[in-house]
Amino acid sequence: MTLLEVKDLNVSFQTADGVVRAVRGVSFDVEPGRTLGIVGESGSGKTVLTQTLLGLTPGAEVRGSAMFEGENLLELPDDQLRKVRGAKISVIFQDPLTSLHPLYKIGWQISEMIRAHDRSVSKKEAAARSVDLLRRVGIPKPDTRVNDYPHQFSGGMRQRAMIAMALALEPKLIIADEPTTALDATVQAQILDLLLRLQQDLGTALIMITHDLGVVADIADDVMVMYAGRAAEKAPKRDVFYHPHHPYTLGLLESIPSSSAAGGRLKPIPGSPPSLINLPAGCKFHPRCSYAFAKCRTGDDPVLRPIDEGGVHESACWLPATSAGLSAEAEQLRKETAALGHEPVPAKGQPVGRHRAPDGGAATPGAASNNEGSVA
Amino acid sequence: MATANGTDDNVLVRVENVVKHFPVKAGGFFRHTVGQVHAVDDVSLVIERGKTLGLVGETGSGKSTLARCVAGLIPVTAGKVFLNGTNISELSRGAMRPLRREVQMIFQDPYSSLNPRRRVGAIIGDPFAIHKTATGAERKRMVQELMERVGLNPEHFNRFPAEFSGGQRQRIGVARALALRPKLIICDEPVSALDVSIQAQVLNLLADLQTEYGLSYLFIAHDLEVVRHVSDKVAVMYLGRIGEAAPADSLYRQPRHPYTVALLSAAPAADPDAAAARQRVILAGDVPSPIDPPAGCRFHPRCPKAQEICGRVEPPLVTHDDLGPAAGPPAGWGPADPAGAGVPGIPGGETHVTACHFPVVPGETLASARTPAIAAEREPA
Repeated sequence: MTLLEVKDLNVSFQTADGVVRAVRGVSFDVEPGRTLGIVGESGSGKTVLTQTLLGLTPGAEVRGSAMFEGENLLELPDDQLRKVRGAKISVIFQDPLTSLHPLYKIGWQISEMIRAHDRSVSKKEAAARSVDLLRRVGIPKPDTRVNDYPHQFSGGMRQRAMIAMALALEPKLIIADEPTTALDATVQAQILDLLLRLQQDLGTALIMITHDLGVVADIADDVMVMYAGRAAEKAPKRDVFYHPHHPYTLGLLESIPSSSAAGGRLKPIPGSPPSLINLPAGCKFHPRCSYAFAKCRTGDDPVLRPIDEGGVHESACWLPATSAGLSAEAEQLRKETAALGHEPVPAKGQPVGRHRAPDGGAATPGAASNNEGSVA
Repeated sequence: MATANGTDDNVLVRVENVVKHFPVKAGGFFRHTVGQVHAVDDVSLVIERGKTLGLVGETGSGKSTLARCVAGLIPVTAGKVFLNGTNISELSRGAMRPLRREVQMIFQDPYSSLNPRRRVGAIIGDPFAIHKTATGAERKRMVQELMERVGLNPEHFNRFPAEFSGGQRQRIGVARALALRPKLIICDEPVSALDVSIQAQVLNLLADLQTEYGLSYLFIAHDLEVVRHVSDKVAVMYLGRIGEAAPADSLYRQPRHPYTVALLSAAPAADPDAAAARQRVILAGDVPSPIDPPAGCRFHPRCPKAQEICGRVEPPLVTHDDLGPAAGPPAGWGPADPAGAGVPGIPGGETHVTACHFPVVPGETLASARTPAIAAEREPA
């Protein structure tokens, strides 16, 4: 059963400069025990999206639905939402220092979290559970460290404490918002390893928000790439990395320095993301897109549509489905389409043969049929 | 290769045994020093003309402190810094002043490194004003040339930093650094705050400017792929010391120091299959405090290969002969290691040097400190 089903979510904010359309018609599903990676640059709406689900965007104008265990999170009254938050859906934020109270001991903060949701737990029991949680997230000497204050913890340990707190009530879903961005590489590896292990032990679903494609490649099952408040592409992980369809996804992958391109020139995406107050007409990516044609500039803003047979790989781009991928032929097809303004060969009914089944390793066992939520 | 006073045609900057300690103070009225932060401890390196030396390390490894010492922004506790053959660590402020234009910096945060209340033209024009090289209309013309060169619209001369995006602000920082045609630009995490698509724009710009003006870069970053992309030579720092240094290709292809191996394996690659196939080395614990660094090899408490000797004896930075033909020791750099493990080399040079008693051999797998008390295994088959 689908754990979280978000449909056509729109979030906008009234500001002095105009309406900021932070999220525009985003739909996605999260299955139990799976990880959805949401990738996007600053201002793409990835954080607003998840915070809205938890009622953490006061003053926002919200449309759409977010069904979680049969309830629409967007319509729950505050007191009921409070019971969901922390107990069933918990959050790990980017900066653990600002998310922990500096004047309370770590153990107290975890106990408080437990007791806030269940008054029947005694203080003693809660304290014992705090120690156990710290042990599970790999804090050495947890029985003495529970009495430490946040400043006595290193950055990595604070993030572990945040994870302990997020796990305290064994939630069904954890939303991790850039949980490793503030950490060093070796500590980031520790935290990602911890999240993966906890997820496998407890079967928790995870939404991983990040700007780092490397993190997504490591731990996500499915990936949603966001641009200017909208999902540009959504697919099982391997499809996004090896058969990207949306030129924005392609651009992101190409602009990362990698061993193969060492010393050579990088291929950046020209320009910068649009203002969310003053969005361009047509496809919001077209001013930066090297394959844009007339339809992209003036037509409708493209929405996600399936581009493979199984319907698990979706892209919001007018380029032909067969142009997905990193191969030279795909590149040729994209260029020809852009030059002509439509698909060059009249083989519209041609089956899309390039979709590879996810195989091998820890990649995506049984990835299909999880991503059918389409945008209305 | 090098002469004793540090001059060499190819070498722009030579750092010799630089130490930088910061005092730790305690007490209110009777304020006294209770310890030293060993930010940089006995580091030597060279930066060649027109080349990029990448400096990698985690928070607190001393890479930014070292950069400040190289720029002459803070006095060194001990050691020497030669710029173009001149020992700048002994110069007075006045004597240092004309040399300052040779070294410029680009900072990490394009938001806090630009004064929000000054116009972009004034910010970029400051170096000309300070060094009295151009005034009035000529200064404006030079600033606009610089703006054009770094990809900014010269008509935006009168705008404030707030009117620019993060990537554009970083270009302003680059223009300011470039103004006096320096020989060396120290880039301290210049792209860390930028989104990937913008990051690539700035990296390309830096590469173009290097070719055009023959600049040398000291490039500090924590992103290993970025460092690999831009660097000719790479040095890895850990707790104030250089653990390993080599030409970039050699370091990434065959890292020898266990810390370098762990660091490289920890860096997430944007490739799911590579990520699944990779043997990730997870280190135990955190970086120890630089106030009281471990004895012997500073990495030994976290090192999966540590032996008894590692806690006692500091390993020298030497070549290890199973690496193939090692370039000979540079003249004037002391005797070869008496233990016969290898010959000392200077980071930034052509040799691959490692400060480790038990360097990782090709094909070796390091033990990983996995999260305890969680039973499930997730090693790819």
